[in-house]
This record gives sequence, C-alpha cells and structure tokens, in this order.
Amino acid sequence: MPTVRDLQVRKGQVLVMAGTSKGVFLFAAGPKRDRWQRGGPHFAGSPAYALAHDESRGHRLFAGVENPFYGTTIRWSDDLGRTWSDETSSTLKFPEDTGVSLKRIWQIVPAANGSNGTIYAGVEPSALFVSRDRGATWELVRGLFDHPHREKWTPGNGGQCLHTVLPHPANASQIMVAMSTGGVYRSEDGGRTWRPRNAGVRVDFMPDKYPEFGQCVHKVVRHPSRPETLFMQNHGGLYRSDDNGDTWQDIAKGVPSDFGFCMAIHPHDPDVVYIVPLESGLFRAVPEGKMRVYRTRNGGKSWEALSKGLPQQDANEVVLRDALCVDQLDPAGVYFGTRSGKVYASADGGASWSLVADGLPPVLCVRAAVIGDPAKIRVPHARGARAKAAPAKKAAAPRRTKATSKAGTKHKPARKSGRGR
Amino acid sequence: MPIRVRLPAILRDLPGARATVELAGPFASVSDALDALWLEVPTVRDRVLTETGDVREHVQLFVGYESIRFTGGLATAVPENTEITIVPAVSGG
Repeated sequence: MPTVRDLQVRKGQVLVMAGTSKGVFLFAAGPKRDRWQRGGPHFAGSPAYALAHDESRGHRLFAGVENPFYGTTIRWSDDLGRTWSDETSSTLKFPEDTGVSLKRIWQIVPAANGSNGTIYAGVEPSALFVSRDRGATWELVRGLFDHPHREKWTPGNGGQCLHTVLPHPANASQIMVAMSTGGVYRSEDGGRTWRPRNAGVRVDFMPDKYPEFGQCVHKVVRHPSRPETLFMQNHGGLYRSDDNGDTWQDIAKGVPSDFGFCMAIHPHDPDVVYIVPLESGLFRAVPEGKMRVYRTRNGGKSWEALSKGLPQQDANEVVLRDALCVDQLDPAGVYFGTRSGKVYASADGGASWSLVADGLPPVLCVRAAVIGDPAKIRVPHARGARAKAAPAKKAAAPRRTKATSKAGTKHKPARKSGRGR
Repeated sequence: MPIRVRLPAILRDLPGARATVELAGPFASVSDALDALWLEVPTVRDRVLTETGDVREHVQLFVGYESIRFTGGLATAVPENTEITIVPAVSGG
C-alpha cells in the first residue's frame, strides 16, 4: 500500500478533494491558490465517486468509498481529512425488503445552511437516502424508491445512478434529483411524492424524443440566490429552466458540442455557469484536442471558451460529471479533474488555469471547501485578474414562489462582485 | 402488413445497412422480425446480438415507444404496421 501523506489544512486555506479510481487525494493552498500541498491517498485502491464538505457543525468531510472486495461505505472525517471513520460506522444500505443492494454512492449533499445536519446521498441503483444526524444513520427515501416509474429507469454505461441532489435552499420540503437515465424529479413534500420535471428536454436515444421521463440528465445546478432557475447538462443538450424545472429551454448556442457531463455555477453570480463540452458519440473527449472550459456570464445566452493555461493540442481529456466545482472565495476558484489524472485550478473565475496535480489515478470527482468564512478571507490581488474583470453585476432578486412564501424564508442575495467572472 | 426497422446512425455504414429497413410481415415476435432483418442486412446481426443470441447490454430495442426490456424481451409481440427501433443505450460518466 502507498504511504499516506498527511496534510494539515489551516484556517484560511482552500481544501480541494479529488476522488479518484484509487482513493482520495487532498490539496490545500492559501487564498491565492497558487501553491498546493498534497495529502493522501486515503482509501488507497478504492474508487471514490462522491465527496462533500459540510460545515453545519464544524467541518466534516464525507466520502463515498467503494472497496472492491467489501462493498460501498460512506466515511467521514472531522479533522479535514487526516483521519476517517471506519467501514463499520457506515450505515448507508438498502433495507432488506427492497431486494437491492448498494453499488455506488454518486452524490453526497448537505441540505441548505441551517439544516441542522441533514445530508442527502444519491446512489446506484437509483435511490435517495437522507441522514438527519450528519451521516450517522441513513434512511431510504421510500417515496422515490417506490415510484411507479422506477422499473423503467434504465442504466447507462455509468450505471443506473442518482447523481444529482438539489435541496431547495429556502424550502426544506422541496428536493430535486436527477438520474441517468430517468431524468429530473421533484418533491414538494419532503420526499413523500415525486413528479418528473423534464418538459422540453430531448432524448436522442429513444423513439419518443420528448418523453415525460427517461432522459439521461448528466448534471443540474442552481444558485441559492435564485433557486427557481436551473441549468442542465443533458446527454446531448444544454438547458435552462426559470420555473424550478417545470419547463426547460435549450441554451446550447456557441458551444462546440452540447454533450458533456459536468456543470458548476459561480458562487456569487447566478448567471455564470461552467461546463466542459465533450465530443458526443463514442470518442467522448474535449473537441479538437483542446482542453477548454466554457463559461456563460449571461445565464446561457452565450458561451465563451476559457483556455489560458490549459493544453490546446492533443489533449484527449474527459471531465466527469462531478469533477468540476467552485470554491466560495472572491474571485471564485474553479477546479476540475480529468480521467487522465490531472487536477487544474483557476483562482480568477476561470480566466486562467494552472495544474494542481498530475499523475493521479483517473479523477472521478472534485470538491473544494474554504476553511473559514469566505467573506472574511482576504484574497491577495491576482495579477491581471482585476484588469480583465467583468463589470459588477447585481444578481436578480429571487422570485418569491408559493413554496418560499409559505416557508417565509428570505433568500440571501448573491454577493456583488466584479472580480474573476 | 409490413413493418419498419429503424437502424441507428452508427450501424448505417455497415454493408447493406440503411436508416430504415422495411420487412414484410406479419411477425409473431421481435425475434422473428429480427430473423427477417438479418436476411435483409446480415452485417447488423452481430452488432445487435451477442454470440448467445441476447441483445447486447448497451443496445435497446423499441416496439413503437416501448422498450422490449419491459415487454417480454425478444418474445415481445410485433403489431402490424409498427416500427422497431434499434438504438445504442445511453452511457454516462
């Protein structure tokens, strides 16, 4: 077994976690995010498709770990990755009466801030679990598991996976999930009942191109300041919804391919979204051998390529659905990992990139966490970042919905920032 | 009554293959219809079925809008004047 390199992560630093096919690697850097120290691999030899950071009661890291012999478990660390809970503490498993067994944990998501330790896990075979005690015990969300559509959700090459969980930031009763295949489903009663929300999302691989469900959605994101607006990277197609998923509109204009897996939204601007287009068909790599992240700054009206610092020749790279993420600093950090074992970081919202690590096992997911209050961490001026910054843009005020009005919850507006978009 | 079989783009470059193949029916099952398809376009057979005669894992067959995975597999009945669609199943990441 490889030597596990210890990494001490300090307050004020950014922690980047890379789940790979052979364990979890950790990287830490100061707010300038230019010099990275490495830790790990933790769970060496075991794939980790899902990672998360929860700070509802101090920092807790989560990892979905697949031991090839002894099965899939959820593990956590309360010391920023230096030590982890053992297999025996994992209680995330299907009840016996379901007749299915846990294959993979695809997504771990803390509920919105102030949720008092509620964590969701999306798994394979497609199902949603919830923990009310910060991961100690888990309960299968029966309303979704028993959905009559379930028998017609079919696995893709990645498996029959529930890979996206979007708890509503202001309404704890409302949860959205996405799966491949199956599409988007939304519950408005805390998970008891679910309805498909795929109107307008095309399915190229079925005779009926616009079915009620069965879409192969790859990732959906939303910004907490504007929760009714959603962006989707579909298996062929980029979409936006302004009615919480009730209807979707195609926004794939100006991208070299509308196929891809990953998607991330800017932490402070609900109109800024990042994707990594891939060639569709069998090749599944970045078009033209150019490693480019694409960004919209206007909610999908147009897209621009971000390539400074990224290889632009013979880069047959693939970025998987959870291998792109952002941090909460300003300017925002953007991170992605590739199947060729590289992790890249941008400390200026994607304007320029640098290599954090190379030679890792294939990267399956990447997550970033700011240790400390991001608003109180001073980011040293990045050369050129201000000069190239977009003009400050005020985020639109969140629309009041029936659900949020009932909850009586106020949204926290997006931070105003002109840097590093 | 004839039925139509729609082939996916990825198979249309095979010798003799085309987007739509019309077959004279009737056929009792998808299996019977495919046997007729192999006579018309023999190159497609091994791309759709395995050596043991099973539909390949990442290939889907639809009768109308219904996947045969949920209607009886290759034994699924084929109504007259219907369409069988062969599609590569999705593969995610």
